[in-house]
Amino acid sequence: MSISRADVVKVSLLARLQLTDEQLNEMTEQLGQIVGYVEQLGEVPTEGVQPMAHAIELRNAFAEDVAQASLSCGEALENAPHHSDEGYLVPAVLGD
Amino acid sequence: MSLVHLTATEQKRLLSTGEISSLQLTETYLDRIATHDGRVGAFLRISADSARRRAQEIDARRRAGQPVGKLAGLPIAVKDVLCQRGERTTCGSRMLEEFCPPYSATVIEKLLAEDAVLIGRTNMDEFAMGGSTENSAFQQTHNPWDLQRTPGGSSGGSAACVAASMAPLSIGTDTGGSIRQPAAFCGVVGLKPTYGRVSRFGLVAFASSLDQVGPVAQTVEDAALLLEVIAGHDPRDETSLPEPVPAFSASVGKPLENLRLGVVPDHFAAGLDSEVEAAVRAAIETYAGMGATIKEIALPHAKYAVATYYVIAPSEASSNLARYDGVHYGYRTDEPAMLAELQAERKQLAAEGKQAAVEELDSALVRMYRRTRAEGFGPEVKRRIMLGTYALSAGYYDAYYLKALKVRRLIRQDFNRAFEEVDLIASPVTAAPAFRLGEMVNDPLAMYLVDLYTVSANLAGIPGISLPCGQTSAGLPIGLQLLAPALEEDRLLRGARMVEQATEWHTQRTPNLD
Repeated sequence: MSISRADVVKVSLLARLQLTDEQLNEMTEQLGQIVGYVEQLGEVPTEGVQPMAHAIELRNAFAEDVAQASLSCGEALENAPHHSDEGYLVPAVLGD
Repeated sequence: MSLVHLTATEQKRLLSTGEISSLQLTETYLDRIATHDGRVGAFLRISADSARRRAQEIDARRRAGQPVGKLAGLPIAVKDVLCQRGERTTCGSRMLEEFCPPYSATVIEKLLAEDAVLIGRTNMDEFAMGGSTENSAFQQTHNPWDLQRTPGGSSGGSAACVAASMAPLSIGTDTGGSIRQPAAFCGVVGLKPTYGRVSRFGLVAFASSLDQVGPVAQTVEDAALLLEVIAGHDPRDETSLPEPVPAFSASVGKPLENLRLGVVPDHFAAGLDSEVEAAVRAAIETYAGMGATIKEIALPHAKYAVATYYVIAPSEASSNLARYDGVHYGYRTDEPAMLAELQAERKQLAAEGKQAAVEELDSALVRMYRRTRAEGFGPEVKRRIMLGTYALSAGYYDAYYLKALKVRRLIRQDFNRAFEEVDLIASPVTAAPAFRLGEMVNDPLAMYLVDLYTVSANLAGIPGISLPCGQTSAGLPIGLQLLAPALEEDRLLRGARMVEQATEWHTQRTPNLD
């Protein structure tokens, strides 16, 4: 299964990356090579094997439901590139 | 002999007896950095003033007979991936160039609580993605043993600064070998703890099921001291293990009795540099000479580890890095320019009568995200985000991500079986010594294959250490990797210390700097 340029265009939107035509070509080639390498996993018999999502499994980490100190509004906003006194500012979402 | 050529353990002793002061030690390192870091490039930023102030404050407390911490007065360098309140934390990325976290990582708090002197921030591959530190957005780091070569990565700055005696200890992170591989390339000791042993709270996430923070040091004994401080349960990290932390530094000198050392014949197959093979085999012989039983074992799925890793790690990364959206913190594209671009595209398409294409144009918000991320991330980070997004996308999830999770379990089961027969597993860290800067930048897949010997430990969640075991004829360091079962860092350190004490490799200095 190879990756087409159309796949890469679609994935670049899903990944919220803007790529130039040249980058799309390069990415198509490189991802194709990497995915080609990864496809060797297909030869491993995995019937009945449970997927392992994490190194520590089946353990819930509970915490007491107690309010604790958290960041102030100002601290939460201080690294935002564009903000008002009370929130993050983004380009107009509606009406464009 | 200069103070910088003593081990951290020796410096700690001199500090405790009052023979040297922390200020004196800190000044010696600052001088050393000023003299050498222009050529090495290990540090992104030096905190000279705050380090001096802190050293003086710790000296004053010690002189007044007040209690001081386990690292009291020792300068420590930290990879630029751990948040420290009010201090810039860039992750080697334009995206976070101006980011000043409003809170500190647990590891930083632990270092400060034990009176470490934080001396500076070390260079790294952007978001810890890479094996040469060439993916840093800011500067290149050079291997102190040969300045034309890479220090390895992604914790290249942390390994290089210890190798060049610009810090006695440093902190790195390891997602697929990012502590052990640079440690091997730079001739120092690097340890990746068991997953969950060290808190990830405040560690900027790359692949959350694989990332661990660990020590880089000149000796195994020093690594034991630093690990003892940073390890331990943290309620702020749900994946942190509620296990007691042994006093590693107290037991590290005690050799393991009746050690059964596992060796995997496949690890010595074609592709392994002959000088690396000879050095690793010599280390194994050293164990045999100390009475260890050398036992051949099989890890049949190890050959799939790189493929498994390069599905799982990018998948987790694509999800973790979705947070860099130009809204909450970090870089944002120039908004008027972005809107003008969008407007021009709309006009152009309309003029060409392509109404369908106009409909498909990004909204202003989506274009803001896409331009921000295009400008803020470097090529390797983009590649991994794309790869992970692809592997997780509809239609491919089962074939790639789910399949990789299943093979991950088989890799761990191999280790479980092996550790029924042996106590530790010995192997090379890398197939070859440090490569030349620029040698692999255009071949991402070749770069990924460098991780062959290291990624399995991350996938299985077990601890691993890299320590110097030889040099090539060209004078480049060679590393030995030891792996232990989960939570057996004590065994790992003691086993590593055995071969360290029997050889002299850890005492070798970088010839090009001294």
